[in-house]
Amino acid sequence: MKPFTYERAKTPAEAAAAVARQPGAKFLAGGTNLLDLMKLEIETPRHLVDVQDLKLDRIEPTTDGGLRIGALVTNTALAADTRVRRDYGVLTRAIVAGASGQLRNKATTAGNLLQRTRCPYFYDPNMPCNKRKPGSGCAAIGGYSRQLAVIGSSDQCIATYPGDMAVAMRVLDATVETVKADGTTRAIPIADFHRLPGDKPHLDNNLEAGELITAVTVPRPLGGTHHYEKVRDRASYAFALVSVAAVIQKDGSGRAAFGGVAHKPWRVEAADALMTQGAAAVTARAFANARPTEDNAFKIPLATRALAATIAEGKSA
Amino acid sequence: MKFDTPAGTNPIDRETVVGQPHPRIEGPLKTTGRAVYSYENHEAAPNAAYGYVVGSGIAKGRISSMDVREAKAAPGVLAIVTADNAGPIKKQGFYVAKPLAGPEIEHYHQAIALVVAETFEQARHAASLIRVDYARAQGAFDLAAARAGAKPHQRQPDVRIGDFDKAFASAPMKVDATYTTPDHSHMMLEPHATIARWDGDHLTIWSAQQIVGWARRDLGNKLSIPQDKIRIVATYIGGGFGGKGSVCSDAILAALGARAVGRAVKVTLPRPLMPNNTTHRPATIQRVRLAAGRDGKLVAVGHETLSGNLPGGGPEIAAAQTQLLYAGANRLNLTRLATLDLPEGNAMRAPGEASGLMALEVAMDELAEKLGMDPVELRILNDTQVVPGAGPGRGTSTDPQSASGNQGKEEQGPRPFSIRQFIPCLRTGAERFGWEERNPKPGSRREGRWLIGMGMASAIRGAPIIPAGGRVTLDGKGIVTVESNMTDMGTGSYTIIGQTVAEMMGLPLDRVVVKLADSNYPEAFGGGGQGGAASATAGAYAACVKLREAVAMKLGFNSADAEFIDGDVRAGNRRAPLAQAAKDGAITAEDKMEYGDLSKRFEQQTFGAHFCEVAVDAYTGEIRIRRMLAVCAAGRILNPITARSQVIGGMVGGAGAALMEELAVDKRFGFFVNHDLAGYEVPVHADIPHQEVIFLEETDPTISPVKAKGVGELGISGVAPAIANAVYNATGVRVREYPITLDKHLTQLPEIV
Ligand SMILES: Cc1cc2nc3c(=O)[nH]c(=O)nc-3n(C[C@H](O)[C@H](O)[C@H](O)COP(=O)(O)OP(=O)(O)OC[C@H]3O[C@@H](n4cnc5c(N)ncnc54)[C@H](O)[C@@H]3O)c2cc1C
Ligand code: SF4
Repeated sequence: MKPFTYERAKTPAEAAAAVARQPGAKFLAGGTNLLDLMKLEIETPRHLVDVQDLKLDRIEPTTDGGLRIGALVTNTALAADTRVRRDYGVLTRAIVAGASGQLRNKATTAGNLLQRTRCPYFYDPNMPCNKRKPGSGCAAIGGYSRQLAVIGSSDQCIATYPGDMAVAMRVLDATVETVKADGTTRAIPIADFHRLPGDKPHLDNNLEAGELITAVTVPRPLGGTHHYEKVRDRASYAFALVSVAAVIQKDGSGRAAFGGVAHKPWRVEAADALMTQGAAAVTARAFANARPTEDNAFKIPLATRALAATIAEGKSA
Repeated sequence: MKFDTPAGTNPIDRETVVGQPHPRIEGPLKTTGRAVYSYENHEAAPNAAYGYVVGSGIAKGRISSMDVREAKAAPGVLAIVTADNAGPIKKQGFYVAKPLAGPEIEHYHQAIALVVAETFEQARHAASLIRVDYARAQGAFDLAAARAGAKPHQRQPDVRIGDFDKAFASAPMKVDATYTTPDHSHMMLEPHATIARWDGDHLTIWSAQQIVGWARRDLGNKLSIPQDKIRIVATYIGGGFGGKGSVCSDAILAALGARAVGRAVKVTLPRPLMPNNTTHRPATIQRVRLAAGRDGKLVAVGHETLSGNLPGGGPEIAAAQTQLLYAGANRLNLTRLATLDLPEGNAMRAPGEASGLMALEVAMDELAEKLGMDPVELRILNDTQVVPGAGPGRGTSTDPQSASGNQGKEEQGPRPFSIRQFIPCLRTGAERFGWEERNPKPGSRREGRWLIGMGMASAIRGAPIIPAGGRVTLDGKGIVTVESNMTDMGTGSYTIIGQTVAEMMGLPLDRVVVKLADSNYPEAFGGGGQGGAASATAGAYAACVKLREAVAMKLGFNSADAEFIDGDVRAGNRRAPLAQAAKDGAITAEDKMEYGDLSKRFEQQTFGAHFCEVAVDAYTGEIRIRRMLAVCAAGRILNPITARSQVIGGMVGGAGAALMEELAVDKRFGFFVNHDLAGYEVPVHADIPHQEVIFLEETDPTISPVKAKGVGELGISGVAPAIANAVYNATGVRVREYPITLDKHLTQLPEIV
C-alpha cells in the first residue's frame, strides 16, 4: 500500500472539488473494494476523500413515482427497504445474492456500481494488464478466462463488470446522479454509465475526474414478477458466472439484463422484445455478436438456460 | 517401551475418559481470542520488526538484476535479505524448492527477498519498490505434455501381478477410463506465519508447524545451524492440511531477517502468495482399467497415475491404495512422475488416496452400471481379507504423509489386514442412508427444477504409527502434566492426549495439564499422515506406564497389581491417593513407544464408506449437495467429538475437490492464476447442508496399546467420488475431469427451451 493522505468531506460539492484538486485522489465509501485494491497496489491513490459524512444515505420517493437512492445507502439497507422489496424485487434479490452479510453492511450504492473487475490477471501486479497498466498488454487473452467476458470485449481487454446490483439497476432503467467538481450536476442513464473496454480498458465508466455520485434513481415500478438468477459454482459468496435480472409481465413480455458476461451489465432492448418467443430467441439476439473464449463459451448456453429458468419461474408465479 | 506383540487388555480399555465426548480443552481459549498463535506472540517478541516476502514474477529463469536502493531508503526499512546477502541455504529437507531464490528461479512467487521494516505497512510498501529484471527461460508447465518424459519413482515401484493384459483383454465386462484431478491448494485459515528471535547463536521460532521435529531438522540443515541451537514452538496452529509439513519461506526468512537486524522479526505469507510460494497437492492424470466376469468378480485391476513435480520432488502416490481395496488376480499398478516447473507438489490431506480414489471409485461405479449391479454389492463382492496377490509388504516410508501400502520388501504368503471392517461400513452406510431409494437408472428422479441423484464410494487410508515419546510429571496436588512435541492444528490433540493420560493415571481430565508443540518436549512426530493421534497417544501411554511404576514403588505397591482409579492407587484392600506419591516432590517419567514388525506382518488401514445425495439444477447445471454420510472403521475412537469434527472437515474438503477446488494453471506463464480465496473457491456453509458420521466399534490391537488409528485423512478419502457418482446418477452425464463444474455437463443436460 502506498502512503496516502486522508480527509473527510462535509458536502458533496466539497468532496468533488477535493478529489478534482489533487491528482491521484479518490473517494472512499465503504472501502470494501478500494482498500483491498490499495493493499495490492492495484489502486495507488495518494489522497482519499472520505464521503461518509455527506448524508447521502436516504431512500426517498421521486415526483414521478420512483425512488431516489442516496449514494451512501448500504446494500443491506437498500435490499431491506420495504418499498424496494415490494416494487423492485429484482433489486433486493440481486443485492442479497452478492458478497456476504458483513460486506453488504459496509458496501454503498455508489461504491457497488464502481467495484472493479475480478479478472485474476488484473489482481496480479506481475502480469501485463491494460486495465491496471495501460499499454502493458492483456494476460487474460489466451490465458485463464473462464470468468471473463463473452461479448463486448476488445483485443485489449476481456474483463467483466462483476457486480450484481447494477444488473438489476440496468433492467430497471436506473439513472445515476452526480455532482462535478465545478458544482454542476448531471444524470447519466445506467446504460451509458459503464463502458465497454475498447482501446481504453483502464476506464470502467464515464465519470469524469472528481465527479461524485450522489444518488441513483429508479423510475416508477414496472409491475410483473421480479427475478434474479445468479449462477455460480458454489452456493454462496461467489461472483456470478452468469446472472440474469428479469422482470416478466403476465402476458409473457418482459425485459432481461445479464451479468458476468461483459464489461458492463448486458442488456439489448431489441432482444427484450422477443421475450414472448422464449429464452433462446432472446439470447440469440442479445449475444449475436458474442466472441467467447474456449474457457467461457459455456456462458452463452448458460445465459439461455438461466433466462429460461426465470421465464418458467415467472409463469408459475 | 517396545510394542512388538498385539496388545492385551490394559487401562485404556476401561474407556472412562478415553472414548468419551470431551469438548476440546483449549476450546474456550480459542473462542475467546486468548489462544496465542505464532504470529501474535507479542510476549515472546514484544519489539518484533516486520518482514514482508517478495515473490518472483516469473516461473523459470534468472534474476538478471535487482535494484533494492529505493526500497532500502524507504521509511522504516531496516534490512533487505536476498540471496546475495543471506549466506548459503542448503537444498535439503521435506520441501525441495529453495526457500529463497536467486539468481536462479525455480517457480513462480518463489521468495526472492525479505524486506524488514518497523511496521508491516512500511515493509509491504518498500517491497513494491524493489526493481527486478528477469531473464525468462522456457519451462514445462503442462502435465499432459510432459508425459513423454515421465519416469517411475523409487518411492512407488511398479506392481505387476499375474498377466494383466491378457486377463483384461479376455474379460467380458470392463471399464477403461481416464480421470484427471487438478492441483489443489491447502488454503488453511491461518497463513504460514513465524516469529524468529536470536539469543546469541541460539534461534527460537514461534511458527505454525505441523511437525516440530521436521521443522527443526530442516531449519538446521538448510541454514547450517546445529539442531541443539534451535527451539521451535507451535502452540496453536490454525489449520495445515499438510501445507505446514516443514519450514517454508516464512520461517527461513524470519530467521535470516532476525539475524540481519539483530532483533526479532515476524513474517506471515500474504494469502495471494500461498498457492505459488508454498506447496500444493499435485494434479494427476489417472487411467483405471477394471475387468470382471459377468458375475462381477474382478479379474484384472489396473491403475496408472501420472503427476509432475520440480526436479527432486516426489510423485503423487495415487494408485497405491488400489492394491489394497479389492480382490483380483491380475494387477497392474504404475506411478509415473514428470518434471514440471510449477510450484512444488507435496503432501496435502490424504496424499495419494484422496486423488486416487477419485478415479478408482468412479471406475467402480462405471463397472457396476455396466454389470447392472448395485455399486455397494459390487464392492462387497470384491472384498478381500488379505492383500491381493500376496504382494510386497510395507516398508518404512520416508514420508509418513505418503505412507501407503505395497512398498518395501517381499513377504511370504498372503498378508492379512490387522482388521478390515470394510463390508460393515458399506452395509451400515447403505442402510442408514436409505440407499435402497436410489434409482439405478441415471437421470430418472426429478423434483421441480432439480435432478436428484445418489452416489457412494469406498474409503481406505493407511494407518501409520510412528515412534513417539512423552514426559509426564505428577505433582503434590495430584495434577499430572504431560509434555510432547506433538502439535494441534485444531484437530483435538490436546484433548485426546489429556484423555489418554487421565485414563492411565485414573484421573478426571481436568486434573491433567497438556503441553504440546515445543521442541524442548519429547519427540512425538506431529500432525500428518493421520498418524499423529495414534502415535502421540501411544507415546503418552508409554510415559504413563513408567510413571505408574514410579508411583507404585513410591507408595509401596507392587506395580503389576496396582490399579489407578478415581485419583487413588489401589491394590488388594489398600488404597492411597495418587497425590501422596509426590508429597516429597514431583515425580517425572519419560519414555518412548517403539515398534516391532507388526506393521509389516499386518496391513494396517482405516476403512470407510461415503454416501451422498445431490441435486443438479436442470436449467443451469449447478450442483448442490443435499446430504452426506460417512461410515468409518478406524480403530478406537479416542473422542467422538474431535473425531467427528475431523471427518466432517474431511468431507468438506472432499466436497471442494469434487465440485470447485482447482488451481488454474497458466501454461504460458507457468503459475497458478487463481491464487487467493476469491479465485480459489472452497465450500462455504451453504454448500454443506447436512453431514452425518458413524464410527463402527473397533479396536486394533496390532497398532499400539491404545489401539487407535487416525481418522483425519480417512474423512476426505472417497468423498469426492461419492459426490461424482451422485452427480452422474442425477444427470446421466459422466464427467471425468475434476472438479465437476456446471460447464462440463451443461449442454448434455435435458433440453429445456
Ligand atoms: C469478498 C468479496 C465478495 C464480493 N462479492 C460480491 C458479489 O458477489 N457481488 C457483488 O455485486 N459484489 C461483490 N463484492 C463487491 C462489493 O459489493 C463491493 O466491494 C462494494 O459494493 C463496494 O462498495 P464500497 O462502498 O465499499 O466501495 P469502496 O470500496 O469504498 O469504493 C469503490 C470505488 O467507488 C468509488 N466511490 C465510492 N463512492 C463514490 C461516490 N459516491 N462517487 C464516486 N465514486 C465513489 C471509490 O473511489 C472506489 O473507486 C464482493 C466484495 C468482496 C470483498
Ligand atoms: S482482461 Fe482486462 S483486466 Fe484482465 S488482464 Fe486483460 S486487460 Fe487486464
